Amino acid sequence: MIAQLPALIVVIPLIGAPLCMLVRYRDWSWTVATLCTWASFVCAWIILQQATSGNTISYQMGGWAPPLGIEYRIDLTNAFVLLVVTGIGSIIMPYARESIRSEFGTRRIYFFYTAYLLCFCGLLGVTITGDAFNLFVFLEINSLATYVLIAMGKNRRALTAAYQYLILGTIGATFIVIGIGLLYAETGTLNMYDLSNRIAEVGASRTIGAAFAFLVVGISLKLALFPLHLWLPNSYTYAPSMISAFLAATATKVAVYVLLRFLFTVFNYELTFDALPLDYILACLALIAMFAASTVAIFQQNLKRMLAYSSIAQIGYIVLGISFASSAGVTAGMVHLFNHAMIKGGMFLALGCIMYRVGTVNINKLDGIGKRMPLTTAALILGGFGLIGVPLTAGFISKWYLVTAALERGWWPLGFLILLSSLLAVIYVWRLVEAAYMKPVPENAKVVEEAPGSLLFPTWFLIGASIYFGIETNLTVGVAMDAAKQLLGGLG
Amino acid sequence: MRSYLVLRVVAKLLMPFILVFALYVQFHGDYGPGGGFQAGVIFASGFILYSLIFGIQAAGAVMSRGILRFATAMGLLLYAGVGFYTMLLGGNYLEYDVIAADPTKGQHIGILVIEAGVGITVASVMIAIFFTFAGRRKADQA
Repeated sequence: MIAQLPALIVVIPLIGAPLCMLVRYRDWSWTVATLCTWASFVCAWIILQQATSGNTISYQMGGWAPPLGIEYRIDLTNAFVLLVVTGIGSIIMPYARESIRSEFGTRRIYFFYTAYLLCFCGLLGVTITGDAFNLFVFLEINSLATYVLIAMGKNRRALTAAYQYLILGTIGATFIVIGIGLLYAETGTLNMYDLSNRIAEVGASRTIGAAFAFLVVGISLKLALFPLHLWLPNSYTYAPSMISAFLAATATKVAVYVLLRFLFTVFNYELTFDALPLDYILACLALIAMFAASTVAIFQQNLKRMLAYSSIAQIGYIVLGISFASSAGVTAGMVHLFNHAMIKGGMFLALGCIMYRVGTVNINKLDGIGKRMPLTTAALILGGFGLIGVPLTAGFISKWYLVTAALERGWWPLGFLILLSSLLAVIYVWRLVEAAYMKPVPENAKVVEEAPGSLLFPTWFLIGASIYFGIETNLTVGVAMDAAKQLLGGLG
Repeated sequence: MRSYLVLRVVAKLLMPFILVFALYVQFHGDYGPGGGFQAGVIFASGFILYSLIFGIQAAGAVMSRGILRFATAMGLLLYAGVGFYTMLLGGNYLEYDVIAADPTKGQHIGILVIEAGVGITVASVMIAIFFTFAGRRKADQA
């Protein structure tokens, strides 16, 4: 049974999705979806235990041996990302029930859970597979489900947001499939490990170079790296609250994983960073993202949009870590991948609580919210501290490792820039504090209660985790370090 | 469309051939070009032709939304279920060899059932997409 886990983790949500459609009574589809995500989480946990013992797990789909057959190949890196995705997916399920009922209604709610499970299944498939084309297929499963989920937002503008993402996401996916096609044309294989060996033999031919360019641009679009981030703010703003949290915490993170996988496993280090100046390109874009997106975030009235821009900036930190092309840099990137998933997931959930009670997340309408919904607001602010990188929060750990990696690489001015950009985060988090605690509650404000427990518990769970992982870093930093070493193949 | 006698007669004449041809493409997929995807589209095109000539309502009487939704889910379940079944028999996911005593026969049965699942889902999704778009104006007026 243990040997079948790599398939089960993807197959369980895949079977759950049509089941949700069959059991149409509303709570049943929720139950099916919850059980499936939790089962996947258990699988991911066991897989991580196996991966930490140092073995690479290989699973042959249909019994066909790689490189001809589809291989699922799990090392520490994807085991780590699998845990993040399934963990977030499981934690937000109890939240989903009430939140989705209030934002989406109960009519046809089974469609929502069907799409959610497909999205979940796609993300896991992308992460686990060792086959480049299979990766593309799962990416499409995930993307199509994501467009549907975003379009289910309460505001009608969710439709245009989903459409915008549909167009841009399709362009990104097309770039990725062109890249994979070129690789196949040059090497005749689709298995990632086979690809990496053959690319090393072929060297930097023009076809490989073109494939590399298409793949990097396509993946950057999916992970919303600076000039390709335009789909993200609207999607996160108008999607249902729980979906904003899920996407912010998982979708872009999986895209980061795909970037890591292609940069370090499929294409070798010499090609990526010696023959091409990708480290400088990525570092520049990441820096612009950190500053430009944080600055834009300061001026947002809609808090969900503010967090969306903040996400773009945080993705900048992750990519900056990768751009150092060192073990320390990749470790920092992966640690922040994990920490940011907790922090941003928790913050979006807190906003979902406010949306549930107050019906708006516009900062002008939330004066004195700290007195009206103390627990929710406290969670939001604590998450904000994580974004800034206050010590004892997870964000501090990420930034610590990031600055260390920058110094190690010798790019010491970057250390200052990282700190400087954190100051921008101070400004937008301060706006929250000011509105929530300094301003009086307007007299004509309607009376609101604290959010119900089913919403508060997952919110506090994630925010609590972000504090916990700010103190206890064995799981995050330990695993990320080993994973980075494995990825870089001892290059240091 | 009530007055176009030729169209109505020809459409009725063609219907069985289209549907049988779809089944042929479906089950002959093992030996020649074809398979569930193509068969599903051909099968759906029969229903689309029928609704173009006789109206959505008439086609909807045969294939209601409920049936379509059920069939969409069942097709995918059939596919994933076969994979799950091979796991229960001790093989890997979708490893058809273990289905029958003879691996070749196992492969044969496995691919046949899976393609049936693909065919069912593709046909019902195609019909559902057509119904959704064709039924739009009525929904807007109502």
